[in-house]
Amino acid sequence: MTDIAAMTFEDAMKELEAVVGQLERGEVPLDRSIALYERGAALKAHCARLLRDAEERVEKITLGENGQPTGSTPVEGL
Amino acid sequence: MELFEDDPAPGGGNAPGNAHEYTVSELSGAVKRVIEGQFDRVRVRGEVGRVSRPSSGHMYFDLKDDRSVIAAVSWKGQVARMQVRPEEGMEVIATGRMTTFPGQSKYQLIVDDVEPAGAGALMAMLEKRRQALAAEGLFAPDRKQPIPFLPQVIGVVTSPSGAVIRDILHRLRDRFPRRVLIWPVAVQGQACAPEVARAIRGFNALAPGGAIPRPDLIIVARGGGSLEDLWGFNEEVVVRAAADSQIPLISAVGHETDTTLIDFAADRRAPTPTAAAEMAVPVRMELLARVNEGGTRMARAMTHRGQMRAQRLVDLSRGLGRPQALTAPARQRFDLWSDRLGPALRALTGRKREQFGPVAALVRPDLLRLFIRREQAAIDKLGARLGPALGRLRDEAARRNRDARARLDDLSDRLALAPRARLDALGERLDRLDRMRQTLGYTETLRRGYAVVRGPDGLITARAQAAGQTALEIEFHDGRLSVLPAGESDGAPAPQRPRKPGAGKSGSGKSGAGKPPPDQGSLF
Repeated sequence: MTDIAAMTFEDAMKELEAVVGQLERGEVPLDRSIALYERGAALKAHCARLLRDAEERVEKITLGENGQPTGSTPVEGL
Repeated sequence: MELFEDDPAPGGGNAPGNAHEYTVSELSGAVKRVIEGQFDRVRVRGEVGRVSRPSSGHMYFDLKDDRSVIAAVSWKGQVARMQVRPEEGMEVIATGRMTTFPGQSKYQLIVDDVEPAGAGALMAMLEKRRQALAAEGLFAPDRKQPIPFLPQVIGVVTSPSGAVIRDILHRLRDRFPRRVLIWPVAVQGQACAPEVARAIRGFNALAPGGAIPRPDLIIVARGGGSLEDLWGFNEEVVVRAAADSQIPLISAVGHETDTTLIDFAADRRAPTPTAAAEMAVPVRMELLARVNEGGTRMARAMTHRGQMRAQRLVDLSRGLGRPQALTAPARQRFDLWSDRLGPALRALTGRKREQFGPVAALVRPDLLRLFIRREQAAIDKLGARLGPALGRLRDEAARRNRDARARLDDLSDRLALAPRARLDALGERLDRLDRMRQTLGYTETLRRGYAVVRGPDGLITARAQAAGQTALEIEFHDGRLSVLPAGESDGAPAPQRPRKPGAGKSGSGKSGAGKPPPDQGSLF
């Protein structure tokens, strides 16, 4: 099983949907279904955390004389 | 013009002899002044012929139509400012001024701007360039990278002011607010292409985890405009930078109907900047709803399954029934049989007693007595036969005993006689041998009148030897005699020292006695 914390949202979402499907179809034994449910809950929490982390930050790259980036400055009001 | 068309014939304004004499340079300079004065600024339409661009950076090319050719030059600075570079075969309208090149007796057009002659020509050139780049494989489908589902940082290459970046940020805000890095570029004019190309490469060059976060998606965006306005996005440097980008790239240049070459090299083409923002991020609320729905469905499924199993358990346990029901028939059977056990035993003993009665009646004392009497008679008869049989046995044993005894006596007589006869024979042989030994020993010599003389230190065989002795012993055949030598005799008998005690005793059994002394041989 892959580490949930390192999963992308898309992968976590895919697995969550697979877990839900398995549980709904009832194709897993009871003891495994509990482990599956726990993994599903962790996946859901991970997805929700990724979704909650929806911060807008707009920055503009500042360029040096040679056209190379030297840093970035926040941009307001766009 | 008149200068050249003056009639040089006599009778004219100038006498032939007075005709002005130019140097070559003067004439060239005059021509130059005339041409530059007359054609200060011209627009010439023609097809671009051979183009050469030496390392100096200046550009030399020909402009031609079906009959004539004019040499054209663009200096380095002019080339850099050109929106469209002349390419061979291109139909262009060149703007510039006429001049001469006196060094080669040449007139030429200094071109500071070139524009394609009509949109059709420009499109034809664009198509040619597209095909050339496509032939290199820059637009191949297998170069396309998937757009990340939820990028963390989005790099936008566009003008920092204007509607485009606002549209993008607005739509991102609606859907899923993200971190956005704007790389400011000119979106039209000469600077556009190199700046856009540098921005795309610059985003790619950012190290992951550096001070400036490396975007995981790039949007190259510009609003609508004329073909010329958008021309920078058709430039090869931009196309190559987009094709080389390791970061997935969405192009959103102009309106939906405008197609620029960067669209072919991009991983996705968005019809508008707003559409690019929609491609870039999913709708957060939808995802939240999906995730929550997933959680709800999962919980419901678990509850449902738990309930189902609980119900099934109830059903099954109902089917199992009461435990008493299982034992009842057995108990009933037990009761039935245990009730019959007592009477059965009683019936059995009664029956056995009935069978025993007649047999018991037969058992009486006189029956036993009759039996004893019969056995007694048999014993008496056997006893009467025992006496005579014993007598016969004894007689027979005595007879065997006598015979054995006679044989034993005979054997013991023979045993007594046998060893004596053997001993006599051996004794006789021994005597014979001893006699033989004696005839051979020195003792027999003594019998013939010889004697042996000994001193205290042993055998004496010479007179000189005997002279110094205090006592001597002489052995004869019948014994020994101690004597004193007459010369030195002091009247005391010498002590007899039997140094060789067994030497003279023949036939004795002592060890060594039968052997003469080793030096005895000297007597013979």
